[in-house]
Amino acid sequence: MKPSAYRYARPSSVAEAVRLLADSDGGGKVMAGGQSLGPMLNLRLAQPELVVDITGIGELASVREDKDGIVYGACVTHAAVEDNRVPDAANGFLARVAAGIAYRAVRNRGTMGGSLAHADPSADWMTTLTAVDAEMLIAGATGERRVALAEFMTAPFSVALDEAEFIVGIRIRRHSPAARFGYFKFCRKRGEFAEAMAAIVVDPAAGVSRAVIGATDSRPIVLPDISAYLPLSPERLEAAKAMVEGLGIAGEPIKDAMHANAFARALQQVKP
Amino acid sequence: MAAGEQKAGKGIGVRLPRKEDERFMRGRGSYVGDIKMPGLTDVAFLRSPLAHGRIVSVTAPDELAGRFFTAADIAASVKPIRAVSGLPGFKPSSQPALADGKVRFTGELVAMCLGRTRAEAEDAVAQVVAEIEPLPPLADFAVAEQPDAICVHEEWSDNIYLETRIEKGDRSRIDGAAIEVEREIRLSRQCMVPLEGKGTIAWWDTRLDQLVVYTSTQLPHMMRTGLAECLGLEERQVHVVAPDVGGGFGFKCVLQPEELCVAWLALTRKKPFRWIEDRREHLVAAANTREHHYRIKAFADAEGRLLGIEADVAVDVGAYSVWPFSACLESAQIASILPGPYQMPFYACRTRSVATNKPPFMPYRGVARTGVCFALELMIDAIARQAGLEPADVRLKNLVLPEQMPFTNITGKLFDSGDYPESVRRAVETIDLASFRARQREGSDDGRLLGIGFATYCEQAAHGTTVYAAWGIPMVPGFEQATARVTPDGGLELRIGVHSHGQGMETSMAQVANQVLGIDTDRINVVHGDTALTPYSTGTWGSRSMVMAGGAVSRACEIIRERALAIGAHLLQTGKDEVELVGGRIQGQGGSVGFADIAQAWYKSPETLPADVAPEGLEVTAGYKPMVDSGTFSYATHAAVVAVDPDFGSVEILDYVVVEDGGTLVNPLIVDGQIIGGVAQGIGTALYEESPYSADGQPLASTFVDYIIPGPCEVPDIRIVHMETPSPFTAHGIKGVGEGGAIAPPAAIANAVNDALRPLGAEVAMTPVTPHRLLAAIAAGRNGRQPVQS
Repeated sequence: MKPSAYRYARPSSVAEAVRLLADSDGGGKVMAGGQSLGPMLNLRLAQPELVVDITGIGELASVREDKDGIVYGACVTHAAVEDNRVPDAANGFLARVAAGIAYRAVRNRGTMGGSLAHADPSADWMTTLTAVDAEMLIAGATGERRVALAEFMTAPFSVALDEAEFIVGIRIRRHSPAARFGYFKFCRKRGEFAEAMAAIVVDPAAGVSRAVIGATDSRPIVLPDISAYLPLSPERLEAAKAMVEGLGIAGEPIKDAMHANAFARALQQVKP
Repeated sequence: MAAGEQKAGKGIGVRLPRKEDERFMRGRGSYVGDIKMPGLTDVAFLRSPLAHGRIVSVTAPDELAGRFFTAADIAASVKPIRAVSGLPGFKPSSQPALADGKVRFTGELVAMCLGRTRAEAEDAVAQVVAEIEPLPPLADFAVAEQPDAICVHEEWSDNIYLETRIEKGDRSRIDGAAIEVEREIRLSRQCMVPLEGKGTIAWWDTRLDQLVVYTSTQLPHMMRTGLAECLGLEERQVHVVAPDVGGGFGFKCVLQPEELCVAWLALTRKKPFRWIEDRREHLVAAANTREHHYRIKAFADAEGRLLGIEADVAVDVGAYSVWPFSACLESAQIASILPGPYQMPFYACRTRSVATNKPPFMPYRGVARTGVCFALELMIDAIARQAGLEPADVRLKNLVLPEQMPFTNITGKLFDSGDYPESVRRAVETIDLASFRARQREGSDDGRLLGIGFATYCEQAAHGTTVYAAWGIPMVPGFEQATARVTPDGGLELRIGVHSHGQGMETSMAQVANQVLGIDTDRINVVHGDTALTPYSTGTWGSRSMVMAGGAVSRACEIIRERALAIGAHLLQTGKDEVELVGGRIQGQGGSVGFADIAQAWYKSPETLPADVAPEGLEVTAGYKPMVDSGTFSYATHAAVVAVDPDFGSVEILDYVVVEDGGTLVNPLIVDGQIIGGVAQGIGTALYEESPYSADGQPLASTFVDYIIPGPCEVPDIRIVHMETPSPFTAHGIKGVGEGGAIAPPAAIANAVNDALRPLGAEVAMTPVTPHRLLAAIAAGRNGRQPVQS
């Protein structure tokens, strides 16, 4: 299939992009890399009147550091994170996640902001950046607002953005050197979307011991305190699995066991 | 020749790099989609959103007049596709180019629209409104076989295209068998997913008064016949060209309704039109193969010697019988090939080809054998487990033996040559079964379960007149023909009616000619894929091209050789008996002449030729058929080592060995490529590829997000060992070998998985072995029962 006809704009500033979206009266769609939107246009699942390509806005491809965090521009590509071309607020964890996203060709063009705005429950960033409690920086007609990623996704492929808003940045707290991370996903094929996924962040200095279970049918599931399972022992591992299975995330025993096993694998990566 | 030794020259047996790779590897191939023409109009189709329904109306806004067509426009001038079989009791179907009155599968063509671009044509399709009254959908053969099921074809009394029964040997031999195993074994429906999809472009050539159809096909001559018949033209009025084709695998060996629609537009409007299949169309409307269902019992004595097989098989054939192969090619084959390369005193099989509301079933690389091999080889392993024997040893006890060749098996199949047990022994040795068993006993350190699996099969190829005449389908191959022409400067042109779309025939056919004439392959062109330029042929299917067209090229070149020797002797002023062809030159006592000298004499200085020179000259069309034309038998044993993760149901292939005997290999490098490509497809069937349907007949895998094909990380290095037993029946001992790689992997891999699952009391018996199916099998094993195959 081929896309239905649309207008294409590539603004050079956030303000211009916001104006284009506001003027499009709901017919505008932001493109930040096109790795999901492209196929959706081709399949005519998306039929926007206007595509606003934000990769021409220089600042969105850059990174800004503040006192205790890093703001990644929405158009920072997965490959830039993978290659350490941008600083890693999570001690290498982000680069490791990025390196496992889809295929290199997708990582070259796909962006952090684009992936989060698309809000596929099985995508890597939605789960892992929820685990590091990332904050979305959102530009709109009334200026910039911030929202926690955990609140940002409202449903599969649905996020809390109004028609003239788009993600301009993702702020991630700088983790302490003692922070530990676990991430496991199970895919049927290398590079495909995950069937089960879990991310864990333990940062004692910040009082964080959080896990997120992704690849569900809806929003990622946040387990705000998993300290009871650490340091890991065989009994605690079994208890952790039983706890996740008990959540009945998929409502189907085989898939629920997969979620539990993914959580267990991630937990096993968190060294004492 | 010692193993590993490289044969010199450019003849048969040389690992010559492919001539065609110069263009393919540089992205310079020329496919249907590459053709540009002024005024070219794109065609897009409205496809049925329902699996089964009665068409009430199909309408479009007035502004689409002239750009919108339905059955009402074309039904009077385009006959439906009707592929009949002469097998008794066969019920034919009529497949209209555009659905006429009823739709019978989701994705069936309902209307077509035109545009200056594909996007514009799709915009038009979006404005078409089809009102379809739903009928009960038959999404599965088991539903379609229910006595009260609605008929897919109203004029039928049930949904069975054909039922066959065969019983051979002595039934009393299975009485009181020490071992009796029964299984339900299934293969899912899947697509073929060639790299290039289907595509057709057609126009009217006013000068030649011909419809010209460039189409992505394996059988250009057959397509001419099919198009002419359906469009009411004489065949002389149709010119079909298959340019570069990016993989066929069987998908491109049938006449498609889209081809008819595009050809009808060109015929009636005298302008160029094209349709290029997109991936979604392929995944939805061409999910068309592999779907076999077996209930099978195997009987053996306590030592694992087969006493008999009894099987009841259904093939879910979908809504229509495809032309020319028909809806019963697979089921009819299943009945005759299920015994595989094994000896058994009793065999009985019942098959049904069942009509459902799914796309028409087509033959895919391996044609029936992949399913048969999966069913039979799982049973061999089940016998081995019950007998407490190594599965490889059970194979050795039952395979046909080399001293029995040529061997006629229980269904009357004539095996030409080979040492089947040796292929098992070499596979055991190459994969190192003994070391593996030691490693398996120790267990892996990551909690994964290790397993090893074997699968042995035979691949009947180049089936000839006798086989196909018995099936009564509209395509019975006879003598295959090839034209060889020495050019005026001493080069060679070969013209073959088969088509090469990945098989490397532009190289291998040249190697055959080089073997006979000694002309350098760099100076040999192979012309194929054009009905105006090549001899008639049923085309490329059934692993027949190298045997049949290769044989014809050899015969044509042998005749050229005799004529060249006569002219050469004359030029050398000596007798024909005094000269010989050596290294591409005619040598006599007084000197030698090359093909350039001979061509010079024939074409440009005929005054120098003797009075009794053969008037047919240096251009020959020769026909060929093997002395026994029931087919060559290649065979192989595949062995796989897998690691199964019981937490996620995933399977990693750690090692894969193929021990293959394809007779005389014309180009072992090309054969290796075909084996590797086939195994990759077999891995897809084994573990990934599936076109599931909802109960109401909706396809659930319509993009590559849901339809998973193996990628580079999922295909391990394939280790290939060649055996080479020439066929006694064919020119140069060549056997057909192109499909084999895709036959055994599902069986070898599932057997390996079952070997790994043995400690858990679990078994899988359905392709693809998905995580969900594997975990369901483990759960069923835990509860001491067999899982339902679904």
